[in-house]
Amino acid sequence: MDIRAQVSMVFHLDKCIGCHTCSLACKNIWTDRKGAEYMWWNNVETKPGTGYPTLWEDQEKYKGGWEVVNEGGKPRARLKLQGRFGALANIFYNPYLPSVDDYYEPWTYDYANLLDAPEGDDQPTARAVSQITGKYIDTIEAGPNWDDDLGGSTIYAANDPNLAGLNEAERAELAELQRVVFFYLPRICNHCLNAGCVAACPAGAIYKRGEDGIVLISQEKCRGWRMCISGCPYKKTYYNWHTGKSEKCILCFPRLESGQPPACFHSCVGRIRYLGVLLYDADRIEEAISVPNQELVEAQRSIIQDPFDPKIIQAARDGGVSDAMLDAAQKSPVYKFVKLWKLALPLHAEFRTLPMLFYVPPMLPVLARVTGDGNYEVAGAADHSLAPLLSSLDRARVPLRYMANLFAAGNEEVVREVYRKLFAVRLHSRSQQVGDVPADEVQRALEIGKTTPEEAGAIFRLTARPTYQERFLVPPLHREEAIEQTISPYKERSETGFGFLETPERRW
Amino acid sequence: MFDTILFVAFPYVAVAVAVVGGLLRYFKDRFSFSSQSSEFLEKRELFWGSVPWHYGVVIILTAHLLAFLFPDAWGALVANPVRLYALEITGLALALMTIVGLVMLIVRRVQRPRINAVTTWLDWVLLVALLAQVVLGFWVALAYRWGSDWYVRTAVPWLRSLVVLQPNIQFVTALPWVVKLHMLGGFVLVALFPFTRLVHVFTVPVTYLWRPYQVVIWNRRPGPAGRRV
Ligand code: HEM
Ligand code: SF4
Repeated sequence: MDIRAQVSMVFHLDKCIGCHTCSLACKNIWTDRKGAEYMWWNNVETKPGTGYPTLWEDQEKYKGGWEVVNEGGKPRARLKLQGRFGALANIFYNPYLPSVDDYYEPWTYDYANLLDAPEGDDQPTARAVSQITGKYIDTIEAGPNWDDDLGGSTIYAANDPNLAGLNEAERAELAELQRVVFFYLPRICNHCLNAGCVAACPAGAIYKRGEDGIVLISQEKCRGWRMCISGCPYKKTYYNWHTGKSEKCILCFPRLESGQPPACFHSCVGRIRYLGVLLYDADRIEEAISVPNQELVEAQRSIIQDPFDPKIIQAARDGGVSDAMLDAAQKSPVYKFVKLWKLALPLHAEFRTLPMLFYVPPMLPVLARVTGDGNYEVAGAADHSLAPLLSSLDRARVPLRYMANLFAAGNEEVVREVYRKLFAVRLHSRSQQVGDVPADEVQRALEIGKTTPEEAGAIFRLTARPTYQERFLVPPLHREEAIEQTISPYKERSETGFGFLETPERRW
Repeated sequence: MFDTILFVAFPYVAVAVAVVGGLLRYFKDRFSFSSQSSEFLEKRELFWGSVPWHYGVVIILTAHLLAFLFPDAWGALVANPVRLYALEITGLALALMTIVGLVMLIVRRVQRPRINAVTTWLDWVLLVALLAQVVLGFWVALAYRWGSDWYVRTAVPWLRSLVVLQPNIQFVTALPWVVKLHMLGGFVLVALFPFTRLVHVFTVPVTYLWRPYQVVIWNRRPGPAGRRV
């Protein structure tokens, strides 16, 4: 047993309003500079959709993450991208590297022309200018959130890889104009336990911080071999075309170290984001990534450990987990959502990187239908009982299969369980707040959802009315103690905590 | 006198510049060590340039190095005419590959505005120097046959004499000027190394072959030592 602590995350998708505040908070702090314009360490994509970069989920195209091979009768996970010799053989040209056009060519506008244009018959315009070449772009072909809110859905949403396994009728229904449906999927680096980027980096420049599990790229060790971009199945490492280095979400560690949540968490308008510590058993990572797809979610849950169990606490202490970290683990909202309540699921567990960002799947507007006369017919809208909710599992506007492809490596049962519990919470809360649900209905919902009134109440509170302190349980990271070995704390105090203070630009 | 400057002083200066400059850059500006890959901006032409260029140049350089390190073994190898033929033909083919690849890379840098945008003047210096060097090399191989044989009896003893600090240029002074230029070109590149992207050659990530996949760095881990990963 090797118990470690991981700063982990939950995004509650029912609460995301798709405002992109998170993306902008991040951009303003971290990626508003040359070579990084196109990067969105935090991005919010519309689902169904092909995402950013386009079709990132299609690993036949990008070869991200791990696959399981049978080695002498035993399953073994290996990088889908290439083996170790393959990495050296492909180093001069990486066949699976996405190019800038898979994201978009960053641009600005020639604003100066608005002021400086000579007098003429026409109003001056501000033409688009490429931020890479500095040349005018006549037609902008793609941009950030190009397919936002289903824009261009016949191209984008229709090609969503998660539609695999849906039949023609289901696809057609999803695309039906008057009842189109979508939800938002905010994405940041998952700070995985079995990270693909770390494993793919030939230089060994990417590492996980032992104390808190944050995955970082050493800008001094990175040599621009650009394998991490391919290795990460979530496409959350980015190549800075100006500095020749790869970069990624740093989970705002300078903020965390001073007790604040990351900027995207802090600024989130929908308050969908939760941050907290999970304890896990590092010795069982290998085991957890080698199981068949259907069992992946459960396997990942099983390596997350109970922070109240004295044996676990002892093992964690032996491994150097601080008491403050243990305390944070016990109060962690993430632990509740992921392990206790089993409501939050990893995104694309089949990539086998053990992502530590979990999602509570959205309860979609499930029932409304446009009738022959063009009116919205909301079947059972007045019926606050279990039946219409439950039936939605079989005829949801977004089929369960789709959600299972996203959040459960294809295992529909896992997602169904989550929804049943969410329904129970909903009915239970309604009975408490409004009081128009028959008691036996609530009872039945709780049974089907495998939950209790107490648990349903707790879920409701942490979902709908959490305080700032309940959402973000930032553990004391004690970097000030760690830093003493390398630099005087008095000097470090004046250096804003970054250590690396070089301008990120190409000098030679 | 002139020959001494070219074949004794210049090589020493070039190596000194490379070592001092390389070390300074490594310890003062490690951030700048990068392949400066431009594949993200353009893929297709890079493939037809970078792959033939690198496979060609890496193999040819390795052959130069092997003959320098093990001249006797190399001499024995090329003593057999069949092996000599095979070696020379392979060498010519590889040289052609490097030239085609490098021309492709240069044309790409000129033509593609995106690649142009990430090109510094030092990139141009390097590319031109490399092109001159491989073209000269190809010329030598074509015009003065059996270089894999006479190389060990001219350039190698000269280089070895430099290494042991007893410079002896009699092995090279009588050679044709094309050959001399190729030799000097080698040292020009050595001198260029610390100022250009060539530094990437010295950070080839061979450790990837054996390092554990996951890298975990602890600031402080009490408990049993050796559990760092
Ligand atoms: C085994 C050792 C080597 C490795 C792993 C290596 C790797 C690389 C990589 C990854 C790139 C970037 C390609 C891209 O744009 O994506 C590159 C570019 C380059 N390499 Fe190497 N290289 C090696 C040896 C050499 C040698 C020996 C030379 C020359 C003596 C060389 C000269 C160059 C040049 C000139 C470029 C720039 C090409 C351009 O114009 O885009 N490399 N190398
Ligand atoms: S800020 Fe919050 S609510 Fe707004 S898009 Fe981002 S995650 Fe969704």
